[in-house]
Amino acid sequence: MSGPSDFQPTNPALKWIERRLPIFGLIHSSFVAYPTPRNLNYWWTFGAILSLMLGLQIVTGVILAMHYTPHADLAFKSVELLVRDVNYGWLLRNMHACGASMFFFAVYIHMFRGLYYGSYKEPREVLWILGVIIYLLMMATGFMGYVLPWGQMSFWGATVITNLFSAIPYFGESIVTLLWGGYSVGNPTLNRFFSLHYLLPFVIAGVVVLHVWALHVAGQNNPAGVEAKTEKDTVPFTPYATIKDAFGVSCFLIFYAWFIFYMPNYLGDADNYVPANPGVTPAHIVPEWYYLPFYAILRSIPNKLAGVACMFGAIIVLAFLPWLDNARTRSSKYRPLAKQFFWIFVVVCILLGYLGAQPPEGIYVIAGRILTVCYFAYFLIVLPLLSRIETPRPVPNSIADDVLAKHGGKALASALAAFLVAGGLLVGGAQNARAEGNEVSPPSQKWSFSGPLGKYDRGSLQRGLKVYKEVCSACHSLNYIAFRNLADAGGPGYSEAQAAAFASDYKIKDGPNDQGEMFDRPGRVADYFPAPFPNEQAAAAANGGKAPPDLSLMAKARGYERGFPQFIFDFFTQFQEQGPNYIDAILLGFEDKPPAGVEVPQGTYYNKYFPGHAIKMPKPLSDGQVTFDDGSPATVAQYAHDVTTFLAWAAEPRMEERKRIGMQVFVFLILFAFLMYFTKKKVWADAH
Amino acid sequence: MNPDAATIAAGAPIEVDLTPIAEGQDIKVFWRGKPIYISHRTKKQIEEAQKVPLSSLPDPQPDSARVKAGHDQWLVVIGICTHLGCIPIAHEGNYDGFFCPCHGSQYDSSGRIRQGPAPANLPVPPYAFVSDTKIQIG
Repeated sequence: MSGPSDFQPTNPALKWIERRLPIFGLIHSSFVAYPTPRNLNYWWTFGAILSLMLGLQIVTGVILAMHYTPHADLAFKSVELLVRDVNYGWLLRNMHACGASMFFFAVYIHMFRGLYYGSYKEPREVLWILGVIIYLLMMATGFMGYVLPWGQMSFWGATVITNLFSAIPYFGESIVTLLWGGYSVGNPTLNRFFSLHYLLPFVIAGVVVLHVWALHVAGQNNPAGVEAKTEKDTVPFTPYATIKDAFGVSCFLIFYAWFIFYMPNYLGDADNYVPANPGVTPAHIVPEWYYLPFYAILRSIPNKLAGVACMFGAIIVLAFLPWLDNARTRSSKYRPLAKQFFWIFVVVCILLGYLGAQPPEGIYVIAGRILTVCYFAYFLIVLPLLSRIETPRPVPNSIADDVLAKHGGKALASALAAFLVAGGLLVGGAQNARAEGNEVSPPSQKWSFSGPLGKYDRGSLQRGLKVYKEVCSACHSLNYIAFRNLADAGGPGYSEAQAAAFASDYKIKDGPNDQGEMFDRPGRVADYFPAPFPNEQAAAAANGGKAPPDLSLMAKARGYERGFPQFIFDFFTQFQEQGPNYIDAILLGFEDKPPAGVEVPQGTYYNKYFPGHAIKMPKPLSDGQVTFDDGSPATVAQYAHDVTTFLAWAAEPRMEERKRIGMQVFVFLILFAFLMYFTKKKVWADAH
Repeated sequence: MNPDAATIAAGAPIEVDLTPIAEGQDIKVFWRGKPIYISHRTKKQIEEAQKVPLSSLPDPQPDSARVKAGHDQWLVVIGICTHLGCIPIAHEGNYDGFFCPCHGSQYDSSGRIRQGPAPANLPVPPYAFVSDTKIQIG
């Protein structure tokens, strides 16, 4: 399509370079003069969106790597400190973590678009296969990136996924040892995953260059599926496609920013805020939402090797698509049967994603098997068969004819469908599959910090700090909070001097001094809250065998399943308060006598909201235990509410900053999107 | 990319004293980063393990092949589910043995797979009795 460029720079300096390296000509012919079909719809903007996401992931990732420590003992902490102390560290991390989800979200739309419009057909087979390779690389990169924060889900996800390779006959075990660099997932594993996670995005970028090159040789497919023949069929890339992409990108950024600023943990798993522990497996190991359909396929096969083979087969089969579907008509627009089967396939994928997040029991297993058969049947039976028996409708003679025949309404329908797909894809992600027998969900409380404008209640934070100091701190540490944080903006609102005075009440172990001895000194603002026990073993020994967990992240590390359809509404209402609701409910959920028929083991206490109901912690709060100076009632309910607010702040001290900047970004993005839309209308006015 | 010398050295054999483990109890020790369950089995557990007809097992192995002769009460297994590597919970499930919370595999009081997706029994690590109350793993 793009022949040798006739572009000639006029600037003498550019001319000088151009004669030696015709790079401006290349850019001009690829991104300015390059002819694009004039009937492309908004589904075609996802190519640009994906390029942007790759760029953003690389930029944020490189900066994150400057603050990250790839060591099994330090990784979790370094990520937490990055979020708390690095300038805009929270923003970088949210951008990178949500960015991975957005990247996959966009790539799935991009792939479904290719499937629907037959973009893999001759002469675009290599283009398609390069795409499948990029997708595989993305999956590997995403998986290794998820391991780096070294939380519980990181560790166990790594264990489960690396163990997949042990299914390979003969070489399996040695491949797994090679991946681990040890006898189990551990520090060497983390180190090599970090190295590879840094490397692979650049490999992806390289394959993307090939992908774009192949695209520019074959030319873009289009909704009509007929090749561009004359000048009338195409428009130059710039300004037409550029401005359309810019509008698509700005809309996508709004969606992306919703997650970054308001729902950063919506797609994540609460368990990943618990540091990795090789001795305890989480109740349900659930991969990130974008792997769920394949995870469901893996689990629905009762044989280990066959399960692993099917899971990889489900991706590899995509590479053979150009030869499985022999139909001459490209676009499903003109294939009445293929169109219906396509949408059935989309639903099958979404349902598989849903099942991937459910516990592997009963009806879920059976449904998983049926859907796995459907998934493979689409590629191996339906598509080859359709290409023989289907009578397609006549395709337009040219792209220009297609544009003239076009009428409105369709765009709206497809936008609606997009929203449905978007909602459906999120189904899997939000499902925090956790086996709960007949557990009761904690009641939803009113929190001052919920919603887009939420702020921490200063009085509540100060009272909560007092409750923590006088009650909780006897057993629970608060490792990630320093005394200086008490004077931070968006915190309890103390002055520097007050924070210093607060710190000096504590004895901090320091040293060794010149005699080589450790000594106690009064706390300074830079010190962190000292832990009540010197190490985890001491904490466990003093508390009946189970160390009381650190409270810094408790408000993010606990949650409960909201269930369908509640979690869909949560996306719109920005509900993020599972953790606080849970803590509050636990503190209030103690009952002196378990209900009839329920027995709790010796040394544990009955708690209505604790999973399993038998909690090791005795009822910590009682009326009148702590007195407040501001006249707030000295009741357990008030204590619980205040200390929960305090822990919510401890888990995310930068929340107010996040929401404030979020609002500014939203105002900007919405204005920008409008601007792009009207510019696009103006530019395209003569092309329609 | 195979394990380095320090990792291999840290994987040297360890000794475990069995005296503190009462009948019906078990402990978990770590060896080569893997959790090893040492169970002091009750009479009932031993009988159950010995009585099962081998033909009913997915991975047939008699109980005698999984414990050391004369030390029937001690079961030593690597607590890593042979499905996808999670850690099964002791004293749970329908077979008086182990239950894996990840994908629902159940093992009996001899650590043999009885139900669920796991293909094989819990592996027995190399170990030997140094004395009646002490074992060396590795």
